[in-house]
Amino acid sequence: MSVDFDELSLVDLSRHFGRRKVLSHISFSCRAGEIVGLLGPNGAGKSTLLSIVSTLVSPSEGEVRYGGQTARTIGAGLRRRLGLLAHDLHLYPELTARENLTFFGGLYGLDNLPSRVDRAVALAGLTDRADDFVSAFSRGMRQRLALERVLLHEPRLLLLDEPFTGLDDASGRALIGRLRALKATGCIVLIATHDLDLAEDVLDRAVVLQAGKLVALQDGPGTLRERYRVRIHG
Amino acid sequence: MRKLFFPAVVVTTVMFIVVPILIVRAPYESTMGLVQKIFYFHVPGGMLLLLSPFVCGIASIRFLMTQSRQADRVALAAAELTVLFGVLTLLTGPLWARKAWGVWWEWDPRLTTSLLTWMMFVAYVLLRKYGGPGSEKLAAGLGIFGMANVPFVYKSVDVWRTLHPKTSVVPSLPPVMASVFWSAFVAFCFLYGLLLVTRVRLERQRDELERLYLELEG
Amino acid sequence: MNASMSQFLRVAWIVVKKDLTVEVRSREILYTTLFFSVSCVLVFAIAFVRQGRPLSDAAAGILWVAVQFSGTLALGRTFERERHTETLRALMLAPADRPAIYLGKLLGIFALLSVAEVILLPAVTLLFRAPLLARPLPMILLLVSGTIGFCAVGTLFAAMLARARSRDVLLPVLLYPMTIPVMIGGVMGTVALTQPEPQEALAWFWINLLVFWDVVFITLSMWTFDPLMTE
Repeated sequence: MSVDFDELSLVDLSRHFGRRKVLSHISFSCRAGEIVGLLGPNGAGKSTLLSIVSTLVSPSEGEVRYGGQTARTIGAGLRRRLGLLAHDLHLYPELTARENLTFFGGLYGLDNLPSRVDRAVALAGLTDRADDFVSAFSRGMRQRLALERVLLHEPRLLLLDEPFTGLDDASGRALIGRLRALKATGCIVLIATHDLDLAEDVLDRAVVLQAGKLVALQDGPGTLRERYRVRIHG
Repeated sequence: MRKLFFPAVVVTTVMFIVVPILIVRAPYESTMGLVQKIFYFHVPGGMLLLLSPFVCGIASIRFLMTQSRQADRVALAAAELTVLFGVLTLLTGPLWARKAWGVWWEWDPRLTTSLLTWMMFVAYVLLRKYGGPGSEKLAAGLGIFGMANVPFVYKSVDVWRTLHPKTSVVPSLPPVMASVFWSAFVAFCFLYGLLLVTRVRLERQRDELERLYLELEG
Repeated sequence: MNASMSQFLRVAWIVVKKDLTVEVRSREILYTTLFFSVSCVLVFAIAFVRQGRPLSDAAAGILWVAVQFSGTLALGRTFERERHTETLRALMLAPADRPAIYLGKLLGIFALLSVAEVILLPAVTLLFRAPLLARPLPMILLLVSGTIGFCAVGTLFAAMLARARSRDVLLPVLLYPMTIPVMIGGVMGTVALTQPEPQEALAWFWINLLVFWDVVFITLSMWTFDPLMTE
């Protein structure tokens, strides 16, 4: 079953672990074809927010709506439309690049898997390293492979956690190019980052989190960097 | 529920005053003598020890299906009561064993099943205590498995060892002893119910406290 | 076989194949588990062999304790591997049936333990002079049904503990009391088969009990795996 949605909205979302409040009363929404930044210092709750949106963690209060429906009403079909590039990259170091892609492609039940895998390997710039073990890859190479792994099933909603970590400038620019192409296809992209240098160009809007709270919806005049700095430091 | 709580406390108190008197007045059993009176604690305690996992298991199923916090509290309370009534049964069991079979511990099916069931729920309590955040879901899994395992434990231990007085002891009791026994059983059931309700209430208040604390934090 | 059933089995197979590929390359779990189980047997040999004669019926217990200990080691390590780069979460993110993923992990661990048992069985037979293979068919069925039972609960518990605090300690704490019927069945069945006059009928009773246990607990695990794996 294919589920396509044009809007992602978080409604009064909270999550606490015991007395530790990781997220409190977060509400915002993103539309199809939008790249939204999730900014904030380490420990602001960005990763937990992505885990909740990706259905891995259930919220303590509030809900996430995917085009008017919740994860519960859509069911497992929703996960077919989601892609999460987490900080841990989700790759098996003992498998080769090609085997990693083939394994996950198989779990997603994709058709034309070999040609998809070839294309993904090429897009990651790893054509001549496709049959090498991931354990031998640099952080940047793993990062590029992990991104293509997440994009293999063409998700509608892409969640990226610190995607620029370990990328050199060329790879960073390539990633931005890739994101722009996805935006054109109507993909919703949510990027959690604290690194504005690279992200700034590609973001349409940004949401600023601090200590689990939404401190600003950045949408207005001036560069994002200026506004961001004002909120956090000003 | 709240309206019934105080009458239930009164009934339980009265029963726990009256039943010991009944136990003292009950006739001596010919071979066991005084020690036979342990039976009035041991058997009801053991029955509740083996019934309580089902309360925990059913509440755990409800928690997994509906995410109801209340169901989780009931499961936790029932697991702790399994441990409590287990202690009671496992302390009185050896006293009986010493008199009846001449040894403090005997690997007979019912005593062993009680011990193993008790162990499963001690594990449950340990998981709740040391499992960290999110352990309530894991514990629900353990509660369901524990419930499903009780019959298997019983069956396997039963084939392995057989020594205990059969279940037929209770129906074959002389009428006086039977009435005392059933009074004791009802008293224990009331006690179990009261402890369960109180424990669930305590946990609800703790949750409420957490909620207020979180609210205060903003 | 309908489409969703074959899809289910396909996912389970992909997971098994992946686990075995990783294990064949590193052989880490296999070698450590094997070494550990043989050391267990040796420690027991020191305790239970007096003047060159093993205690009667000790072999059955030692075989099953070794299976249980090395099984715990293998379970812990398998899921530690899935936790290392959080690939367990990636599995949970896939739209595949979660029970199928559970089944795949279960079969992978079962395959690993079976290989360990192939070494363990002759080792115990030799060191304790126990006629473990006097009746090969019921003995193998006993081992298979017992190991599946242990792995069924073990896989679920190890998977759900992957995100808990003090998981290394909690795995045996939760698993051993829960798998007591498996151990009783396994040990008593093995004792029945290693008597001078093997009691095959009794062994079959235990095999049946173990199979019944396996069916109940695999069903329960598949049913609870999905809700238990959502944080």
